[in-house]
Order: sequence, then C-alpha cells, then structure tokens
Amino acid sequence: MTTLTSKRKIWYLLSAILIIPGLISLIFTGLRLGIDFTGGTQIQLQFQQEVSSVDLQAAVAEAGYDGAIVQSVDVEGGNAWQIKTQEIGEGTDAKNQLYAALESEFGPFTELSIATIGGSVSDQLSRNAILAILVASLFILLYIAIAFRNTRSPFVYGTCAIAAMACDVLFVIGLFSIFGWAFGIEVDTLFVTALLTVIGFSVHDKIVVFDRIRENMARRVGSSFEDTVNYSIAQTLVRSVNTSVTVVFTLLALFLLGGGSTRNFVLALLIGIVSGTYSSIFTAAQFLVSWENGDIQRLFGRSGPKRDTQVEAEARLAPSR
Amino acid sequence: MYIPPRIAFVAILLLGVVSTWFALPTGFLNVGGIKDERDINLGLDLQGGLQVLLQADPPAGQTVDANVLSGTRDTVERRVNELGVSEPLISTRGDDQILVELPGITDTEQAIALLQRTALLEVIDPQGQYLPPGTVVNTSLGGPEDLLGEQQLGGEATPGATPAPDGMPDTVTASTPIATDGTPIAAGATPAAGTPVAETPVADDPAADGPVYTTIIQGREFTDAYPTADQLGGPVVAFELNDAGASALQNFTQQNIGRYMTIVVDKTVISSATIQAVIADSGQISGLTAQQANDLSIQLRAGSLQVPLIVQSSNTVGPSLGEESIDRSLIAGIVGLLTVALFMVFFYRLPGLLAVAALLIYTAVSFSLFKLFGVTMTLAGIAGFILSIGMAVDANVLIFARLRDELRIGHGLNRAVEQAFRNAFPSIRDSNTSTLITCAILWYFGDQTGTSLMTGFAITLAIGVVVSLLTAITVTRNFMRLTISSGWVRDPWLLGVERREAAAFDTAPRAAAGD
Repeated sequence: MTTLTSKRKIWYLLSAILIIPGLISLIFTGLRLGIDFTGGTQIQLQFQQEVSSVDLQAAVAEAGYDGAIVQSVDVEGGNAWQIKTQEIGEGTDAKNQLYAALESEFGPFTELSIATIGGSVSDQLSRNAILAILVASLFILLYIAIAFRNTRSPFVYGTCAIAAMACDVLFVIGLFSIFGWAFGIEVDTLFVTALLTVIGFSVHDKIVVFDRIRENMARRVGSSFEDTVNYSIAQTLVRSVNTSVTVVFTLLALFLLGGGSTRNFVLALLIGIVSGTYSSIFTAAQFLVSWENGDIQRLFGRSGPKRDTQVEAEARLAPSR
Repeated sequence: MYIPPRIAFVAILLLGVVSTWFALPTGFLNVGGIKDERDINLGLDLQGGLQVLLQADPPAGQTVDANVLSGTRDTVERRVNELGVSEPLISTRGDDQILVELPGITDTEQAIALLQRTALLEVIDPQGQYLPPGTVVNTSLGGPEDLLGEQQLGGEATPGATPAPDGMPDTVTASTPIATDGTPIAAGATPAAGTPVAETPVADDPAADGPVYTTIIQGREFTDAYPTADQLGGPVVAFELNDAGASALQNFTQQNIGRYMTIVVDKTVISSATIQAVIADSGQISGLTAQQANDLSIQLRAGSLQVPLIVQSSNTVGPSLGEESIDRSLIAGIVGLLTVALFMVFFYRLPGLLAVAALLIYTAVSFSLFKLFGVTMTLAGIAGFILSIGMAVDANVLIFARLRDELRIGHGLNRAVEQAFRNAFPSIRDSNTSTLITCAILWYFGDQTGTSLMTGFAITLAIGVVVSLLTAITVTRNFMRLTISSGWVRDPWLLGVERREAAAFDTAPRAAAGD
C-alpha cells in the first residue's frame, strides 16, 4: 500500500535537497550580518532631490567612509537611502561632518533614523542569540517529554520534534544566507526573533500530530506503529494545512502591506512557518517511524530490529492516561 | 462548575462590549475618566525618538559598583526630566550600563550631550539662607545654563537620589571637632581666595537673577562617605575629605557655625545642613531618615568618582517613519483579519462564522489587555499580534476538524460538539504551552540585551496565545451550544459535513450538556 510513511526515504531526500543549497551557502558565505551583530552605524536618510546610489556611495566614501554600503529604502515619498558604515558616534563631530558633506552635495535631507551599535553590545547579542535558541530547544524537549510521559518513549517524541525543528531553522538560515548575497538581505535582532518564533510554531505543529499518534496508540487504531502514524497524519493533515494557511494569510498581509522595516522579519516567519508545517508531516512523523522501525539504529549500529510486526506493535501500545 | 449557556453568553457579550469600549481610543466615551492614562505606549520605532545605551567608563584604578551605577542612573533621570520628555525610560543594565529611551524627542544631539556629561557635586555657601531641596542655583562654578552647553565642566559624576524635602535642615558636625569656635560673620560671605567668580548668568534662566553662591568644595574632594549612626543611634552620613577639601571646609565652617551649608548636584540643591562645629577632614550630617542617609552617602561617594558615560550604542528614529509604520500595520492587520475570517467561513461554514465572532472578541480583549498592562507597542509587537490572530484560529481549526470526525463517526450533534472540544483540548494545551515557552525565552533574551523589539513581540504574542485559548475554547463552545440548542441547525452541511456522511445527525433541539 502506498502511504506517506512508506515513502519516507523520498521525503528525507526532498528535505535534503531543500536544505543543502542553503547549507552550502551558509558554509561558504555565511550570513550577511547587520549592525546588531557586527557593530557599526546605520543611517536612513530621505533626500528632497533625486539621488543615485553610485553618487551617494561616492560622497560617503569621500567623507571618509570607504566601506560604506548604500541601499535604497522603501518609504513613502521615495528617494530614501540607507547607509551602513563603521561606528559613527551620535553627538560627535564625525557625524556632523558627514551630514554637512552630504547636504552640500545633494541638498537638504531628513534623517529618518540612525542606529549605532557598539562592538561589545553586538558580541553580547550574538552570544545571547545562540544561547536563546539552545535554551528554547532544551525547554521544549523537556516539555514534550513531560507531556508525552505516558508513552513508551517520551524522549523519542521530543527528540524527533527537535530534530525536525532544527531542519526548519537550518532551512530558514540557509535561505537567508542565499538572500544575503543574492538580494543583500541582512540578518538582525528581528531575524533571531523570527527564528525563535518559528521554533515555537514548528514545535506547536509537531505536538498536534504527535498528540494524535499518542491518542490513536491508546485507542489501538492501526495494525502497526507505522500504520498508526499514517492514520494520524491523515487525520491531522487538513488541520495542519489550514492553520498554516491562516497564519500565512496574516503574514502575507504584513509582508505586502506592512512597513519596510519588518519586511525581512515577516519573510523569515513566512518561510519558517511553511517549513514548519511541511516538516511536521514529512520529517517529524517520519523520524518517529524510522526510530520505531529501527532505521536509525540500523544506520548507526549493527543489529537494529527488523520490520515491525503486529505483535510487537500491540505489545507497545501503552495505556496512555 | 455548570453555568447555563444563556448566562455565559450574556457574560461573554458584556466582556466583548466592555473590552471594545476600552480598546477604542481614550477620547471615545471616556466615562468617569476610567480610560485616562491608559493609552497604548508607542515604542520608539512607531513614534520616533532616541534610545541610548550608556556605558560607565571609570578612569583607571576605579571601579563602578551597583551603588554608583544606580546613583548615576538617578542623575541621568534628573537630567532627562529637565528635557521634558513625556515617558522616559531609564534603567540600569548589568554592572556598568544605563539604558535611556526618550520617545518623541527631536533634538537628539543636545539630549546625548546632556546625558553624557559627568555630574557636578558642590558644597556651596548659601549665604546664611536655608535653601530647600530642589532649588536651582548659580554657583561660582557657573549657572545651570552651563550644564546644557557643550563644554565639559571639570566636575565629578554625582549620582544619588534627592532626599525628600522634609522642610527641616539637616545638621552637620565634625566627627573630630576642632577646638576653636568660629564666630559667625555676616551673611554674604566673601568668596574664598582663588575661587573664580561666576560669569554673568543668562537672563531667561529661572535662577538667572538669583545670587551667585560660592562653591566651597567639589565632589572630587570627598574621599569617602557612608551611612552610620551617631551616639544616640540616629542615622547620619559620615564623610571624609582630602587635604584641599579639608582646609577649604575648615575655613568656611570656622566662620559659619550655626549657619547653613548646602550640597548641590548639577546646580540643584539636594541637601541643606546647619553647621554645628568646625569641620576639617571628616564630618557628619545628621537629622536624616535612614533612607535619606543612605541616598545622600551614595551621592557623596559617587561624587568622588569621576564616572564619564560613553555612548555604547544609540538608535534614533524620526517621527515620520513611525507614523507611516502605524498606518501600514493597521491596514495589514485589517486585511489579515478579513482574509482569515473569509477563509474560516468558507471552509468551516457555521462554526467558522462563530469562530470569527469569537475572533473579534479576541481582538478587543487582547487590545484592552495591552492598554491595561501598558504594553509598549513596537513594530515587532504589532507583527506578534497579527501573527497571534492566525494562531488564535488554530485552536478552532483543531476543534472543528474534530467535530467533522465525530459527526462522520456517527455521533449525534450534541455529543459530537462536546467530544470535539474535549478531544481537541490536549493538543491545544500542549501546542500552546510550547509557544508560551518560546515567548518566555524571547522575553528574557530581549530583556537581557535591551532589545525592546524582542520583548514587545514576546509580550504581545504571549497575551495573544493566552487570550486565544479563552476565546477559541470557552467563547466558541458557548456560541456552538446556544446555536445547537436553538434547534435551527437542521442541515449537517452547515457544519461542514455532507448529509450522507453524518447518518446520526440529530436535529432535535436538546439542552446542551454542561461540563
């Protein structure tokens, strides 16, 4: 019989195909880090006259900021530019000189925003960002283990959820690494926020599927574990897709209509949430079957148990709750 | 506990009306002024303003401890108050950083210069007068207007809370009194030799036409200060001075026994004391409460430290950018809500419609809570809220999917509804807990790094999740029970199931089952 789980090798391959390009980009080019992580100054200015990015770049370089990156910003009224450069202290002469130079070159402008991040702050942020993601994963693992304590192997559920979630996070980070060199999209504090939200949502989704599996195990639905998982996925499929669709609707509204400064944040959420729904069905639940069927043990060890038999499956139906 | 659905419905309706009223702008039907002071705080990214992270940068050999930092914080706060910013936020971060948020400020250059300047503590000769705390004065080191200027005064950082004015001057005594009794001389003591005379103050200054008081010693002359008790056990502040300070103060106190000496920080009086004996290298200030003694000693001790503050990071947002963001987010929110509503009604029919009604209550309640808790709204916070609209629907999606299952299994209508809610609950509970865990970590992480974008997002998402549990389960269930018991749901199509699929569809009106 053709079922979702019997094709799990195809799903694994598909997931790998989706993740690997981003991973390669991540290894070779890394992420394009914003000033939150590197330190430096980011200025957004709106000019009254037309300004070209080349001219602006040249003027900024002439003022003494060689490596500055100039990008256009989507703001009502147009003609707004973002200049990213090394640290220019707020309230220093350096800033006044730069502004004077720009004003004499391009005429009057409005300062939309200016952000300066000191080196020690950005180091702290990078450290904390990684820490936050690890701590979040640990707490979620523990919570799932507690929530699924009545099953035969509570930590397997938790580990499978975390593993699938890690795929989502890798997918989003990898894609943003590609976006970095392809579209100049930078990652900032909000990107970390988006990642943590994706973690929450991804696990949220996996728990719903796992919960069905837990319930169906107790009801002794299905002739084998794999069968039960299949049945559970089918039952939760519509819900998984619908929930994802409603969240995607709201995020799309934000992406298309919301302000420019949160667009990348919303994009990260959008990708992560679609990925989270995909991985609930095609990764997390498949991991569970692989584990129970001994695929993983076979991969790493010598004598994994062979295919599930009905007797084995019956024996492990834990009288949950 | 069993609450009849009709009564629960009235309660829900009331909640909806009250929270809608509360969520609407303050100007709308502000009965009895309940909505006063309950505006949603807009973050810097929405209304524009300045955020600065200041780092204490003590000179070599000196350290900044929590006391000194909290004192410096108070000094910064006093200065911010001079700027007249509506809702400033000043907090210490770690052992040596101060975070300042000044929403709505336009002249950021001036604000930063003001914040960065080290504070100046002086002991002045009040010319025999009692100057109540809070009085702004001119001293021979310059008037208050000089504090706003760019020039760096050679003063000391001087933190410390202002002791509450108690109307009574404190007294100051020497801990090792010098034998000679000084004979008081007439008011208007001559400036000590070598003390520069103040430049003429600017005319429009509040203290401009006031007298110029002579500075006797500065903060840097204090070598130590600590709260202790006198012989009678009353709280006092003991202080010690260096040689220069000792000789200056000895000179002054010898001539002014029984008169006042006044301690001034940034040209604002924080304490006035009666001189009871001649003071040289050490003395005591008595007549204080324990709290005042503590605050004053922190101020004096920190005053002996020169703690310049350097700008570690800053963020300035112009007001126009913020306004545009609000408008865009509002439109995005409405469009998002409408799309979700259409989808729900199209896909789930009657239950979808009821869920949308619950969703409106959800929006009103969440918004009211943001106002009630004074949540600071940032762009990320708005994104969190709009995201939570999508997630709020999830609980309903779960329940309605169950409802279809239950009807297809062949359960009657009442039974199917109750079962659907009961069976869906564990996954709703577990999945939302994982989101709340993430919110908690996001909040902690944002709080640690001073990223208000992140804390704002975490708080709005968390409130959204909690409220959605209430509305998606309690409110929707109540609506479902009432609609079913009304008896007009005769077609399973309304519930998203074809008639032939729901064989046991029970159209007979029946009292809804309670919990």
